[in-house]
Amino acid sequence: MAQSRDGVAVEAQGLTVHYGQFKAVDGLSIQIRTGEIFGLLGHNGAGKTTAVRTLAGLLRPTAGWARVNGLDPQEQGPQLRKTIGVSTESPAVDERMTGEATLAFFAELYDLPPAAIPERIGRLLERFDLVEAGKRRVGEYSKGMRQRLALARALLHDPAVLFFDEPTSGLDPVATRQTNEGIIEMTRGQGKTVILCTHNLTQAQQLCDRVAVLEHGRVIAVGTPHELARDLRVDWSVIVEIDAQDLAAARRALAQLPGVEVVDPDTGGGMTLRLELLLRDGVPVPRVVAHLAAAQVGIHAVVPDEATLEDVYFALQEVQA
Amino acid sequence: MNWRAIRAVVRRDLTLVRQSKAVMIPLVTVPLVLLVILPLVATLAPNYVNIPGLDDLDALLGQMPEDVRAGLAGAGDQERLVVLLTVYLFAPLFLLIPTMVANVIAADSFAGEKERKTLEALLYSPMTDREIVTAKLLAPWLAAMAVTFVGFVLYAIVVNAGAWPVMERIFFPTPMWLLLVLWVAPAVAALGLGGAVLVSLRVGTVQEAYQLGGLVVLPVVALMVSQATGLLFFTTTVVFVIGLLVWLLALGLLLIAVRSFDRPRLTVQA
Repeated sequence: MAQSRDGVAVEAQGLTVHYGQFKAVDGLSIQIRTGEIFGLLGHNGAGKTTAVRTLAGLLRPTAGWARVNGLDPQEQGPQLRKTIGVSTESPAVDERMTGEATLAFFAELYDLPPAAIPERIGRLLERFDLVEAGKRRVGEYSKGMRQRLALARALLHDPAVLFFDEPTSGLDPVATRQTNEGIIEMTRGQGKTVILCTHNLTQAQQLCDRVAVLEHGRVIAVGTPHELARDLRVDWSVIVEIDAQDLAAARRALAQLPGVEVVDPDTGGGMTLRLELLLRDGVPVPRVVAHLAAAQVGIHAVVPDEATLEDVYFALQEVQA
Repeated sequence: MNWRAIRAVVRRDLTLVRQSKAVMIPLVTVPLVLLVILPLVATLAPNYVNIPGLDDLDALLGQMPEDVRAGLAGAGDQERLVVLLTVYLFAPLFLLIPTMVANVIAADSFAGEKERKTLEALLYSPMTDREIVTAKLLAPWLAAMAVTFVGFVLYAIVVNAGAWPVMERIFFPTPMWLLLVLWVAPAVAALGLGGAVLVSLRVGTVQEAYQLGGLVVLPVVALMVSQATGLLFFTTTVVFVIGLLVWLLALGLLLIAVRSFDRPRLTVQA
């Protein structure tokens, strides 16, 4: 497994790809750490697939440079592609071949030791629940089975960096969950780096350590979903459980804190009550808690309900508009 | 060069061809008609029917080169007819086989992979451009040669067996035919291949590749016409020169095809 320098698996600086006059990728600068799950988010045509193709050495950049596992995609494409696995949005598996034959074919392209191939294929077919289907032609597979076969193919040569382009497209909920768990296992358990191109913001929220949002080929935001929400000052809410008798004190204290709105006090009549607070303009939760504590409000629990990646994504779209 | 990967692609492409009825039907029927049925009819017919125009054989032979005429001196009309048809007039027809086989398989291999959306996975593999193009050229060429050699053996058997009542000896293959099979057929296969690859890199479907790639049979048709009209007759020397010219043309076409194999462009098309 190729190791990158200084714990950076993928790096790009000013990476630009033009199709004629059209800028598919425009000055992409990112650093993806080894073992990280990094999301590339953006709508269709935002430049995600072009970015992956350029990082894999399939497309020539118009400007800028990139390194994947310390290798230059342009100068060292074949070596680089031995260290990466790619699952494209369309599974790209031949309908006339069986699942087993497909994997055996790619095992030879990746020059795997012949003796190790049957065991490796068997393990992957089992992992992706394709043991029975392995001997059947891919033409008989459902879309989800083809997608799983493409994922198995991407993992066949044990690559250090994985590019997954919409890996759960067409999968049912069970297969989606298995795939997501598999992605987490690959990074947390095996130290692989995953670059996940997706429209599925819930999936990105669940899986990604950090995300980059692309718009018209440009990165318009990079960071953890939390950082993005904070930087964008996206509203989020927090549930604070306090002594019921301190409600008035809490209201007075919060009224002095700009950007905090009491949404829904649950005055059910018990000893404690749940106070839902809407935090605007990136007001941090600790500041709210400190303010309440200073006002002698008895606090039993604080449950932040942070902005989702979806909130962040649409906030970014509004900013761009 | 990673020959293991090249062999894998060749093997896979040929396996896929065997599984495709659309490709296999012309690959079996055309050689069967041209190399078995047609010579069988040509060799057997003079025994059973009166061929009209047999009287003009002398006139036709008169157009032929001296050494061909000398070879047929003293032979009967039926014998001369059999030799004229099976050795000379069918020779350019035989060249259609390697051209067609290489063309059809190359179209399926290049344009077909694009059409089936499987090319991208190959482009993401560690194979270099040169390795991919080598594998993609080798598969159709090897298949064309295999079909050609098998077809030639069948043709030789059919011609000798069918003409036995007339010839009463094994008269085929002649040195000219050996040159045709070993020197010219590989060249026309390469020509068919070059044409198909050039076309396939530019079109999106196998059907388009078949239609445009089929133009490479035109030089072979020209040879057939020129021989039938007596303009150019297939002697050993002529066949050697034809082979040389076709090789030059084919290598030029293949060179352009190899240089046209551009990973970024194919990636965008994939």
